[in-house]
Amino acid sequence: MPSPRYLREIPARYRLEASRCRSCGKVSYPARVLCPACRAQEAEPLLLSQRGKVVTSTVVHVAPDEFQMETPYAVALVETPEGARLMAQIVDCDPAQVGPGLEVGLEFRLVRKEGHGGILCYGHKGVPAR
Amino acid sequence: MRKVAIVAAGMTRFGELWQTSLRDLFREAAGEALRNAGVERLDSIYVGNMSAGQFVGQEHLGPLFADQLGLAGVAATRVESACASGGAALRTAFFEVASGASDLVLAAGVEKMNDGGDVTAVLATAADQENEAYHGITFPGLYAMIARAHMHACGTTEKDLAAVSVKNHRHGALNPKAQFRREVALEEVMSSSLVAEPLRLLHCSPVSDGAAAVLLCPLDQARKYTDRPVLIRGSGCATAPMALADRKDPSHLDAVQLAAERAYEMAGIGPEDIQLAEVHDCFSIAEICCIEALGLVERGLGGRAAGSGVTALGGRTPVNTSGGLKSKGHPVGATGIAQAIEVFEQLRGEAGKRQVQGARIGLAQNMGGSGASCVVHVFERV
Repeated sequence: MPSPRYLREIPARYRLEASRCRSCGKVSYPARVLCPACRAQEAEPLLLSQRGKVVTSTVVHVAPDEFQMETPYAVALVETPEGARLMAQIVDCDPAQVGPGLEVGLEFRLVRKEGHGGILCYGHKGVPAR
Repeated sequence: MRKVAIVAAGMTRFGELWQTSLRDLFREAAGEALRNAGVERLDSIYVGNMSAGQFVGQEHLGPLFADQLGLAGVAATRVESACASGGAALRTAFFEVASGASDLVLAAGVEKMNDGGDVTAVLATAADQENEAYHGITFPGLYAMIARAHMHACGTTEKDLAAVSVKNHRHGALNPKAQFRREVALEEVMSSSLVAEPLRLLHCSPVSDGAAAVLLCPLDQARKYTDRPVLIRGSGCATAPMALADRKDPSHLDAVQLAAERAYEMAGIGPEDIQLAEVHDCFSIAEICCIEALGLVERGLGGRAAGSGVTALGGRTPVNTSGGLKSKGHPVGATGIAQAIEVFEQLRGEAGKRQVQGARIGLAQNMGGSGASCVVHVFERV
């Protein structure tokens, strides 16, 4: 991933910055200038809660090269209390326990390493609530 | 708009074709289509291709392929919509002929996936790079999430998923062009290795090389090239949010439904008129979701269709008589054209042991990514 892109994506990845449409209330993550629901262009910034509920999930056994050392790993669509959905790995648990309805906290973690000696790419991962 | 017909087709075998290059694949399929119609000139060429740039490091396919056909000078353009690139190329060619701008247009599709490279990563570029692929989700992984959502909402089972693969391999065993010309047993599918739970290896279409091409002209000129033209009666295209996270219901493929509604409307028919369908079964769950979205079965009942025989050869609405992407193979850019060719052959009565007797109206549905783009065509024997 080119480093300018990594820099651009920091607000969403590090701080879970989203947006809420001032016209229809739709929450978008990452933040959007133009609302995908009503096309209004007035949005207010919104920080997502660092928790959510699994909508659907899988356990990846065959992974791209960068993730091969981690298999099998769980990945889920997580819905936050604000109604935003985001893709996240679910970690620190048996992948078999991940399924619809599971409550998770969203924690700041290392997601991947870019190539040999490249950038460390951070983001949020889900950890089942205890 | 003018009425448009397909008058000839050409297609390579699908498979791991180590001896054949990207350009050779195209030339073989396109050359066969031209020979079958007895033509030596074209007004233009559209080539569906997802990612030759990443698979073999080659972009700018239009001029490369026109030259390979000995037709340098002709208009030629590559069309891309991930795995729906072939369908998109067909649609583009269809409108060029329908508009009256051209009288003889080749719609082709090609993909060379087996020349090395990280196929899983290349295919993942058809997902949302920033919000999906970043987190290590793969293409099978996205469809696995769709499968789990469908199982949760509709009670679809792992056995239902496996039944789709069993059916499509049974069909593909009868197709001389198919990558896997063999049947598989339910137990074999259900015990194959896990790729992304609940999807196993035998729920997934393979990595394939191949090309396919069809020749389009106005219906009122079709008899110059063949005595059995097939009319393109409807064409529909639609999109849905790219990321699974942005779709209201991850178990429903909105783009497929929209594209189908548009194709049905242009054709002036409904799903009940479809006698056979080629459907985008890149994964077993995809066929289940697609036949629901196309209206071929009721919402929620897609899981039972393959096992009960409704969508098998001899059933009410045979689906994927070619073997589908699963058994025939899935060279992504070529798939949409190959689907059209199966329907073309069926409607002309040329499908051999796979023939659906008396078929008059058929459909081909080709989609990109995890269902973010879809192209549907309705064909009729004339």
